[in-house]
Amino acid sequence: MNPWPLLSVLTFLPLLGALLLAVFPLPTRTVVRGFALAALALTGVLMARFDLGTGGLQFVEKAPWIPSLGVDYFVGVDGLSLLLVLLTALLLPLAWEVAGPERTSERSFGALFLLLQSALFGTFTALNFIHWFLYWELGLIPAYFLIKLWGHDDRRGAATQFFVYTFGGSVAMLVAMQAVYLTAGTFDLIQLRDLAATGELARRLPERLTGWGPELRLLLFLGVFIGLAVKVPLFPFHGWLAPTYSSAPPSVTVLLTGAMSKMGVYGFLRVLLPLFPQETRTLLGPLVALAVISLVFAAFAALAQTNLRRMLAYSSMNHLGYAVLGLLVAMDPAARANPGASPAVTALAGAVLQLFNHGITAGALFACVALLERRLPHGSNLEHLGGLRAVAPVFAGLMGLSVFASLGLPGLNGFISEFLIFAGVFPLAPAAALLSLPGLLVSAWFLLNLMQRVFLGPATPACRGFADLNVREIATLAPALGIMLVLGVFPQVALMFLNPTIQGYLTRMAP
Amino acid sequence: MLAWTLYLSFGAAVASFASARCCPAVARWIALLGSVGGLVLGIVGALALPAGGGLNTLVQVPWIPWLHAEYHLAADGISVVLVWLTGLAATAGVLFSWNVRHRAGEFFGWYLVLVGAVYGVFLSWDLLLLFVFYEIAIVPKYFLIAIWGSTRREYGAMKLALYSFAGSAAVLVGLVAAYALGGATSFNLSTLAALPVAESMQPGLFALVFVGFAVLAGLWPFHTWAPTGHVAAPTAASMMLAGVIMKLGAYGCLRVAMTLFPAGLAPWAGIFGALAGIGILWGAVVALRQTDFKFVIGYSSVSHMGFVLLGLASATTLGLTGAVMQMFSHGVIAGLLFAVVGRMVYDRCHTRNLDELSGFGLARTLPWVAVTFVIAALASMGLPGFSGFVAELQVLTGSWNRFPGWVVIAGVGLIAGVAYTLRAIQRVFFSGESEKAGSAPAHELEPVSLPEKLGTVLLVAATLAVGLYPRLLLDWILPALQTPLFAELRRRAGG
Repeated sequence: MNPWPLLSVLTFLPLLGALLLAVFPLPTRTVVRGFALAALALTGVLMARFDLGTGGLQFVEKAPWIPSLGVDYFVGVDGLSLLLVLLTALLLPLAWEVAGPERTSERSFGALFLLLQSALFGTFTALNFIHWFLYWELGLIPAYFLIKLWGHDDRRGAATQFFVYTFGGSVAMLVAMQAVYLTAGTFDLIQLRDLAATGELARRLPERLTGWGPELRLLLFLGVFIGLAVKVPLFPFHGWLAPTYSSAPPSVTVLLTGAMSKMGVYGFLRVLLPLFPQETRTLLGPLVALAVISLVFAAFAALAQTNLRRMLAYSSMNHLGYAVLGLLVAMDPAARANPGASPAVTALAGAVLQLFNHGITAGALFACVALLERRLPHGSNLEHLGGLRAVAPVFAGLMGLSVFASLGLPGLNGFISEFLIFAGVFPLAPAAALLSLPGLLVSAWFLLNLMQRVFLGPATPACRGFADLNVREIATLAPALGIMLVLGVFPQVALMFLNPTIQGYLTRMAP
Repeated sequence: MLAWTLYLSFGAAVASFASARCCPAVARWIALLGSVGGLVLGIVGALALPAGGGLNTLVQVPWIPWLHAEYHLAADGISVVLVWLTGLAATAGVLFSWNVRHRAGEFFGWYLVLVGAVYGVFLSWDLLLLFVFYEIAIVPKYFLIAIWGSTRREYGAMKLALYSFAGSAAVLVGLVAAYALGGATSFNLSTLAALPVAESMQPGLFALVFVGFAVLAGLWPFHTWAPTGHVAAPTAASMMLAGVIMKLGAYGCLRVAMTLFPAGLAPWAGIFGALAGIGILWGAVVALRQTDFKFVIGYSSVSHMGFVLLGLASATTLGLTGAVMQMFSHGVIAGLLFAVVGRMVYDRCHTRNLDELSGFGLARTLPWVAVTFVIAALASMGLPGFSGFVAELQVLTGSWNRFPGWVVIAGVGLIAGVAYTLRAIQRVFFSGESEKAGSAPAHELEPVSLPEKLGTVLLVAATLAVGLYPRLLLDWILPALQTPLFAELRRRAGG
């Protein structure tokens, strides 16, 4: 279909960089920067050649890989995954440039960074479950070591907790997917989607797996759900979140919250919802309730934090709760009766845009934390901070803009996606929309609180010698901030990638 | 040309922020240019409108095609009146902030962002766009108070921001509901008003949106942000806050809640009329008991905004006309009062305690200030000849048939208003103790400067002009109330 296997090149490019760094004594900083920029350029090529008119998969590559299991090497992107690929490509340079010289001079740090990027690209492009799952697990390894080796205070415990939680979730998902394979005879996510849409998958299940009743389908659904919910995370699977985000180096957290947390939500879109449409509908009420609880809980939890990193961790959980809410509500049977121009399209588009926006905003916020901690080693303890605005006006301005974007202020990117979610959810599930409002309000409360404690008032002794950002650091943050402003005013720039994809997505799921 | 008020303000804001680095002394000139420019553009632009007080579309281009949202600016007579008010208050605010030295570039930058956002709200004809500007206005308010404010500024700023966000959340729900239930095809105010949602849904949505906006208009019992916010804010910000921002709330009630859910008003009219009446009396009585000069004015704003809400709740043409006039009138008068308290008195005496101020003998040492305050106080009491009289008279007459009881209560509130105003005049300017202290003035007070005098003249002239020749505003407001947007409301009020 394409003369150039662009997606494979994109996925393996960072891996190549990681291997080079692992084997040869190369200047780490330059190599990683070069590979990150090359990946970004390649993503630019993908975007330029992407056909905006169709909702189907593009840049597809398919070849047999493990024929005995019917596993293909199968990659492709639609508008939805393309945005996440772009997000990954944008975040890596940001995370790398704020990581600090003592880390970026270590080859192993750079190699793990690039390995993580490969895993992310792979997750967002692979379309066969086994192939996808490989990248999903691959991402865990560099993340684990990045936390364990370069993290803060309780890094070992946090890294282990992170690994155990996500791995446990993955096992649940894998077991469930094996049963699906035994039923359908394929791991191809696209074929499985089509089988599920006609109800064929559900019909075959009792035939192939004898001795089980209809409750098995719910069990399988829950298995996959738990695997994904841990990654997002949703309440009550969030135990790893705050320790991990606060122990990881902030530059790594840029990738963890900016891109890795999207893997979970992406899994909802690519695996869970298309494969289990009936089960989703059966459990829709409790699932929506869980999303609402999750996002409201996270907002209150953030309010209670005294550590900047932990506060932002819960803020991330809050924002992703909206995304999950949007995509779940889009599965409402009432909405599916009329795919096309319906609230479901709006909610789903909002959810996907929210993933991108949150990635950019949370990435920028943790990048600011990284810059802060390079100057103040214990800088994320809110008690030490205060009056930074007077000392470092540029830093205060840029971080303040990110905080306001996170708060959902109109004119910045977060507003549009949350508005779309809300506008879509409201007609379908008014109660869920109303119950999630406290989340919005408390979110505004703790973010303003953060602004007040960090930036206003007299400068604390610890903050007095704080050096403002230099030109390089400003240039590092500038692309993310530019995106916040541009998407806030012209959301169409991102929405045009989504429109046909979302329409097609919903149409194909409804037989 | 009217749309350029908005662009000029935002442009001046950028210039002012830019000047923070190189030459902060220039910022106030930029601000003056921006705000005077806005005032002039507002007046000239309004006079050039083809449909006068009727609906004039200024700009209309697609913005978010996905949602059918448009960048759509339009003005009718109500917008025009409020744009003028914004121009006046903004200009006076700059004149009364001429002495701001601390981070002047950023101060005027945020100030101009606020002004621009306010113009945006008054000129938006797309509901989503209106909401965006409405929210954008919250940010500069927060910074102006939290950085340049005084008494408990962080508390005041946070309380104001949270009340605003809570109100906005309620508005957002109603806005989405109106959009979704109207077929999700347009955010255009005229289109949405022409496709009303089912009558059974209207009361609930109306209450939500009305209260959401009315929080910012100081509706009792959601008014508590107002006194603390006004007191904590620096002078120019409290002038904008009491003078213009509270009007954003009232404007939203009229422009959005009442036109989109015309059937929703009837079941609530009695309750909102009652809340407005209580607010008028409550604000006045509490003002009577304050010892901080600025709190007196802060609570008086709650009381005066009660008249706006009472007029709105009556939904009669006379009541609505009065409400819009009261928005303008109170905007000008509150601006003047806060200028006297914040700039003319506090910046010189460094106290706002009524008892301490009585030691300064201000009537003799600063006669200009005393005269200004007396004029403003007379206007605020609602003396004939000033704008407040015409406005409040129309509100009371227009509401009489609807809620005679609350009109009587409002009348009692007016009397209490006279009491607290006279008490403040007496204590601050003409207290007997001034004779003792005055024999040897303890403080050498800075004389009143030229910008202050200009600002005073501007605002006094505005309230007098409208008071003596109300047609200046009536000729704009009445045609606006005759447009199709208010057709349903008129029909119900008339029937």
